[in-house]
Amino acid sequence: MGKFIFRRGLTSVLILVLSVSLLFGMIHLVPGDPATVMLGPRATPELRAELSQRMGLDQPLVVQLGRFYSGLARGDLGVDPFSNRKVRDIVLEQLPHTLALVLVAIGGASLLGIPLGCFAAIRRNSWLDRLTAVMSVAFIAIPSFVVALYLLLWLAVKWRWFPAIGAGEAGNFTDQAYHLVLPAIALGLGWVGYIARLVRASMLEVLEDNHIRTARAFGLPERTIVIHYALRIALLPTVTILGLGIGTMLSSALFAEIVFSRPGIGKLLYEAVLGRNYPIVMGAVLVTTGFFVLSTLVSDIINALLDPRLREQQEGGS
Amino acid sequence: MSKAQNTVLRIFNALKKDPLGMAGFILVSIILFLTVFAAWLAPHDPLEIDVYNRLASPTAAHWLGTDQLGRDILSRVLFGGQVALKVSLIAISVSMAIGLVLGMLAGFGPRWLDRILVVSFDTVRSFPTIMFALAIVALTGPSLNTVIGVIIITSIPVYARVVRTQTQALRERDFILAERAMGASMFRILRYHVLPNVAAPMFILASMDVPAVVGMEAGLSFLGLGVSPPTASWGSILNDGYSYLRNSPWPIIAGGIPLIAVTLGFTFFGEALRDIFDPKLRRKDP
Repeated sequence: MGKFIFRRGLTSVLILVLSVSLLFGMIHLVPGDPATVMLGPRATPELRAELSQRMGLDQPLVVQLGRFYSGLARGDLGVDPFSNRKVRDIVLEQLPHTLALVLVAIGGASLLGIPLGCFAAIRRNSWLDRLTAVMSVAFIAIPSFVVALYLLLWLAVKWRWFPAIGAGEAGNFTDQAYHLVLPAIALGLGWVGYIARLVRASMLEVLEDNHIRTARAFGLPERTIVIHYALRIALLPTVTILGLGIGTMLSSALFAEIVFSRPGIGKLLYEAVLGRNYPIVMGAVLVTTGFFVLSTLVSDIINALLDPRLREQQEGGS
Repeated sequence: MSKAQNTVLRIFNALKKDPLGMAGFILVSIILFLTVFAAWLAPHDPLEIDVYNRLASPTAAHWLGTDQLGRDILSRVLFGGQVALKVSLIAISVSMAIGLVLGMLAGFGPRWLDRILVVSFDTVRSFPTIMFALAIVALTGPSLNTVIGVIIITSIPVYARVVRTQTQALRERDFILAERAMGASMFRILRYHVLPNVAAPMFILASMDVPAVVGMEAGLSFLGLGVSPPTASWGSILNDGYSYLRNSPWPIIAGGIPLIAVTLGFTFFGEALRDIFDPKLRRKDP
């Protein structure tokens, strides 16, 4: 097992380093140097030279990349040339907003999806079961920004049930939670049916198990069997998917953040892209990609712990 | 009866018993019809500006109202479909072709090549797609070609991985071993034995991929990073609508519906196709 975690972890680090170097290389290989692009066509040569020097752009690419990684090793992501603030501080300032949104979204989706999946498994082929089947394929594919726009249009602008913009007053928990509702629904809606489907599939499998049959033979009430004996086991595979979901959502949160004008990593990245602020782009992409790779790694490891067959496959083959 | 006719008949017979698949098929047909014949069906020029008639609600002349420049929204939605169709056709066919070649090479070629290819697939997949797209657009500037390029790069691994697994499974089968023993070249084996076997899952995957591709194009155009104005795309219609949300709800209502229709149509139809041709891919369902 240790060998598996080591190898899998090494691959993750390799992938992260490769993708970050690739992005770094691309930024510096596109026609026109970043300083010109950032300052626009009307900047004077002196201004450009000054920014180039400040960002270390006058050094060869390898030196720049080396500097970037040695900075990264010390937890330093460089400096935003426009505000002169540390990129790390800017990113860390925005991260909690995105994390809160993602956690509420995935938490809400699980709170709805898990009971739904349970009922679907117990009452197989009922209308509820069919409904979750349709929902699971339909909702996951609808773009979240369309859901966000419709929610904004009806629930915030037309009926005014929820606030339309911002993250709420700092320090005021109720207000912030209130502002989270619509973006979290937009982000999590697609996952409700998906989670329900996963829970249903593993529930059906577990309910066939010997220990459930034994529990039934002892005459335990169905409620106890389902909640205490079956669901506990059936939830494990779902938990690994939830981990993966958090990684994916961190980047798809971008649309909810933009539609509802919420602060967050996605909005930060979007504004940095429009303003050609490359250090911020690098920082934001690095953090989200890092989370994404980490969540894949963690869910792979949990999966391998649960199912030794996967482990052998990875160690022996591929 | 030819093989093609046989396949079509088989799909129809299966769809008759699958109401959701049938609904998906009908939706897909309607969308394709409206999109292909947009030039004939659109009541107005999608770029025609009418400043006296801005942000109007639906009327007999403008069934879905007008946008902030007085352009007919229905016509823009119809022509926006052509952008979505163009992007998905090009992006999916190119990434499918490249994915097919790379996947077969990884599955059949030497082990070191397989390793390199798998790591590169994983590297591309490790970027969350939307972040990758934003980073690229930051470098190259917004354009539809960039959007197509990004979708191609991020979709190649999806196809290549499936082809690789299928090829690896086929590689050890007796009929391939026999062929190799007779001295058949790698090209011959891949062309005549592997390709026909991986084609069906490819097309099912492509059909299920359409919503993702269309959503990606719309998403990037919504962010102002896709089509350039005044071209109509479902995403850019939504973007215009977002800016004038408090004046008129119609651009958002009209821009979102085709996206939902495409999503549902292709997903249900794709699921039905998968059940017909490749029951093995099906999730554990009764």
